[in-house]
Order: sequence, then C-alpha cells, then structure tokens
Amino acid sequence: MSKAGNRVKSSPSFVREFNKNKSLFLMVLPGALLFFLFSYLPMPGVLIAFKDMKFFSSNLFVNFFNSEWVLFENFKFFINSPDAWIITRNTISYNLAFIVLGNIFAVALAILLDEIKSKYFVKAYQSALLLPYILSWIILSYILYAFLSPDLGFINKSILEPLGLPSVMWYSETKYWPYILFLLNTIKYTGYNTIIYLAAIAAIDESYYEAAAIDGANKLQQIRKITVPMLSGIVIVMILLGVGRIFNSDFGLFFLTPMESGALFNVTNVIDTYVFRALRGTGDIGMSAAAGLYQSAMGFICIITVNWIIKRYDPEKAIF
Amino acid sequence: MMNKSYKVNEIKPAWKLIIHGIIALYAMLCVVPFFLVVAISFTDEKTLGLNGYSFIPAKLSFDAYSYILSGSSMVLQAYGITILATFVGTFLGLLVTSLYAYAISRKDFRYGRFFTGYAAVTMLFSGGLVPWYLVCTQLLHLNDTFYALIIPYLINAFFVIIMKTFFQSGVPDSIVESAKLDGAGEFRIFFSIVTRISLPAFATVGLFLALTYWNDWWLPMMFIEDQSLVNLQFLLYRIQNNMVFLTSSLVSADASASVADMPAESARMAMAVLATGPIILAYPFVQKYFVKGLTLGAVKG
Repeated sequence: MSKAGNRVKSSPSFVREFNKNKSLFLMVLPGALLFFLFSYLPMPGVLIAFKDMKFFSSNLFVNFFNSEWVLFENFKFFINSPDAWIITRNTISYNLAFIVLGNIFAVALAILLDEIKSKYFVKAYQSALLLPYILSWIILSYILYAFLSPDLGFINKSILEPLGLPSVMWYSETKYWPYILFLLNTIKYTGYNTIIYLAAIAAIDESYYEAAAIDGANKLQQIRKITVPMLSGIVIVMILLGVGRIFNSDFGLFFLTPMESGALFNVTNVIDTYVFRALRGTGDIGMSAAAGLYQSAMGFICIITVNWIIKRYDPEKAIF
Repeated sequence: MMNKSYKVNEIKPAWKLIIHGIIALYAMLCVVPFFLVVAISFTDEKTLGLNGYSFIPAKLSFDAYSYILSGSSMVLQAYGITILATFVGTFLGLLVTSLYAYAISRKDFRYGRFFTGYAAVTMLFSGGLVPWYLVCTQLLHLNDTFYALIIPYLINAFFVIIMKTFFQSGVPDSIVESAKLDGAGEFRIFFSIVTRISLPAFATVGLFLALTYWNDWWLPMMFIEDQSLVNLQFLLYRIQNNMVFLTSSLVSADASASVADMPAESARMAMAVLATGPIILAYPFVQKYFVKGLTLGAVKG
C-alpha cells in the first residue's frame, strides 16, 4: 500500500506504524518471543565461561550473579587439557574432508544424474539417495551396528569369518573410524547436496549445450567448459558456508555412531561432543562453557571472514 | 525439473548404461544397508546367535514384533509421545513460522526488514550449548516436561526464510490489497487466502518440521529423565547403549513373558524398523515437496 520511504527513528512514527499494522506486529510476536528466549537470551550467557558457576537456587539469574568471577581460569584448564588439541584437530580435519570431498562427490553425481534423461529414473534415484537423509542418526547407528557388531555383525560373521580372516573389534579400533565416519557422512548428506546441484544444472540454459554440440564439443568438453563454470558460483557458496561452520560438527554422527566407545575418543571426539560430555556427563559447567565459547568465538571469526570473502567475490551472495 | 529435450546432444547408449550403473550402485549403498536391519528383525533369535546378522533370514520369525506389540507399556508410550510431539510441534511450528514469515514478507510492513534481520542473526551467532541449556532448565524450567520436546524447535530462521521467499513470489500484492479494500483484516487475509495459495510452502516446511520432531533424540537427551516422557528415538538410543533397557521396557507390562526367552537381538532391530516405518510410508507422497523445498532453500543459500 503506502510506500512512504520516510525513515523510522523517532517514537511517534513507530507508534503510528504500530497502530496501522497492529495485526502484523501481532503475527511476528510469537516467533520474535521464541527467538528471544532460545537464541538471544543465551548470547550474553557466554559470560558463564568466565565464572565459577554455582547453583544456589533454581533461578538462573540468582545463580549467575552470585557466582564468582574467575576470569580465564576455566580457559586455562581447557587449553591445558590434552583434549583441547585433539578435539580441535578432529573437528577441523573432519569438516575439511566433508566439505572438499563431499562437494566434489555431490557435483559429480549431479552431473551424472543430469545425463539420465528419464524422469522416472531420476525420481527413483532421488528417492534412494535421500533415504539416509530422512533417517535419524539413531537409526543409522543401528544400521552401522548391524554391520560392525563384534560378535554378530555382518562384516565379521558373514564376510571375514567365511574368508578365514580374524574378526575385527570395530568399536575399539581407532584406525578405521576416520573412514567409517567419512562414509556415513557422505551417505547421509550427498543425496541432499546432489539435489541442490541438480537443480542448479537444470537451470542452465539449454542453448549453450546445443551450440557447443553443433560446434563439435563432446560431453566431457561441455561439462568442463559449461556445466562446471556455471556451477562454480553455488559450489563456492556451499563451500564457504561449510567453512563458516567448520568449528561445529554434526553431533549425531560423532556421538551416536561410535556408540560412545571411549577407546575411540582420540578419533571421534569433536568440540560438540566434548562440550556435551562436560556438561551432562561430568557436570563440569566451567570447562564446558569455556570450550563452548572457544567454539562460538572461532565460529564467529570464520563466518566474518567467509562473509568478507563472499562480498569481494559476489556482493549479492553475502550473508549480511 | 528434468524436462530438457536433447536431440543433437544425447550420449551414446553404452555410456548411459555405465552412468546408470554408477548411480544405481551408489543408490544401493544408500538403501540396501537398511534391509539388513529389517532382515535381522525377522530372523529367529537362536539362528541369529548361531549365524550372526545376515541379509537373508535362515529361519523366519515374527517373535520380535509380537513381543514388542503385545502389551509393552514403554514402547507404546514412547510411540505415543513421538506421535503427539510430531503433530503438535508441526502444527504449532507451521503456525508460528508462517505468521512470522508472512508479516516480514509484506512490503508495507515497515519493520519487516528489522524482523528479517532479527531472525537472520540467530543463524549466525549463538551463545553455545551451556547458556542455552541453562536458560531452558533454570529460567524456563523445561526439564521433564512435555513442552521440552516441542518448544525449542518451534521456530528457526532457515524455515522462516524459506517461507518468506515463497510468500514473496507466490502471494501477489494485488490480492492482499483487494482483500483489504473488501474489509478483510490481516488475520482473515492470512488464513483464508494466503494459506490456501501457498500450500507447497506449508507442505515443504511442515515436512521438514515433522521430520525434525519424529527423528529427535537430542531434546529428550538434554531434558528428560522421567520414563513416561521418553520418545521413540531416545528409547532406541538407550536400548542401543544398554540392553537392560530393552528388557525392562518390554517385559514390565507383560508378566507372563520371561526375560529368558525374549528375542532381544531381533527385538531391538524390530524397534528400529518400527520407528522408521511411518517415515518410509509417507516418503513417496511427500517427496516432490521435499525436493522442491530443498532446491528453494538452495536458491536462497
């Protein structure tokens, strides 16, 4: 309706706007409240990392204000523990592998899928590829267990035993887990990413390919000279978004699928699982909050950096 | 989506076959492992102990299912909790998300930009797990309440933005304006016009929400101690880590069943199958919205 462009700063115009659009304000109210409670209210809570949090009552504010400031004490404990290095290394290296190989794999699969001109096949393949995405990590951990269970598992019982090979104690052998985790992550998310890339390929103007084909370009040349360059924009954005979240990990993957086997912590523990275990397992709130703040701060730096890079590369795609 | 017509540019049938082969192989990698769990759930318990898990049941048995479905209070209760949380959560989540998204999609809502930013900021910054947990337990006192399984997931900025994009492209300003001239209020416009012409948006986000609630084990793990509030996925988690849970959750109600002849191995796999069932059954019907939602989300980054 009215497209008056006057700026809203002073309170009288806010009152006028509020009266005019009362219903719209009412519409955002529940959502705004939920965002406030679950997202904004915890933000200043990072200060807990600098406190020796004690619980005097069931009221958070009472507990917070009565707890003593210990400043960097919690961080000292965290940084000096051997875990700090291990979880940082695991978090970053797994994420890098997932981002780089996962995207290459998804793009390749999307290009292949696009060459199948049958609607029905594409649909059937899509259904299959998305199945792991809609299953929970709990179910996936059951599936994994069906293969890896030391005494009854399919691999030990039906493959290794008939071949006369010794059984593998999968849930205590660290050397296999980087590959297992990578395989699981790929199977769960590649279908999702493939569909995104497939949509992007479908949006490429057909006439490019036709012109190229008439000029004698073969499929491989077309893929290299048309598809890949046209996709590079979205691929770069996906990679950068991944990098922006490089300090976060998929909790379900790292917590559930190794069945919390302590023997595997060296290769399965990431910042998220560490923070969770410190909070809910050992009840070490200080350590947990310090590790959480470390994660948030590093994540913040990553997002700002990534956004700065996107802005230079393509301002349209910048997150903010 | 795949309606391109290639004539000059078709690849050779031999290549096509190879491509089919590669994709089919990968598709099988996604689907076939699940059949192992299904097969185990239908295998006789003694045979399992002897032969281990295998894709083809050496001896078929439905004991696991009859055990689970015959009067076990905890499993049925967990099912009930999951179904209730999924329905209530999806309904309320859709309501809150769509109202918010619709309001900020309106060009004549001058604070729309502010509230868009207000939502988007939550995607970028977070206080982390510990403050979030303390706010939930010591301020909102969600621990050991049914609300804990619903409220934290009601709104998230990603779904808000998906819906906002839908409304911006799918709800013409002129419709809203003419309805206004006819004297309809904003809520009237929203419920009797917008909801009807934006069904794909509601289906997409509704599906994502339903999936989130159905698959959730994180919220009960954080907040639930009370046995009567444990949902399906969380029950599965506890059984996976501790077989004793399976015994206690299956036998408690049925005094005639003895722990000794309980088909434990097949029963836990049967529970995983039962927890997946509804999703798989609903999957073909909702797939097209799902793919639509994914691609739309991708366009917005």
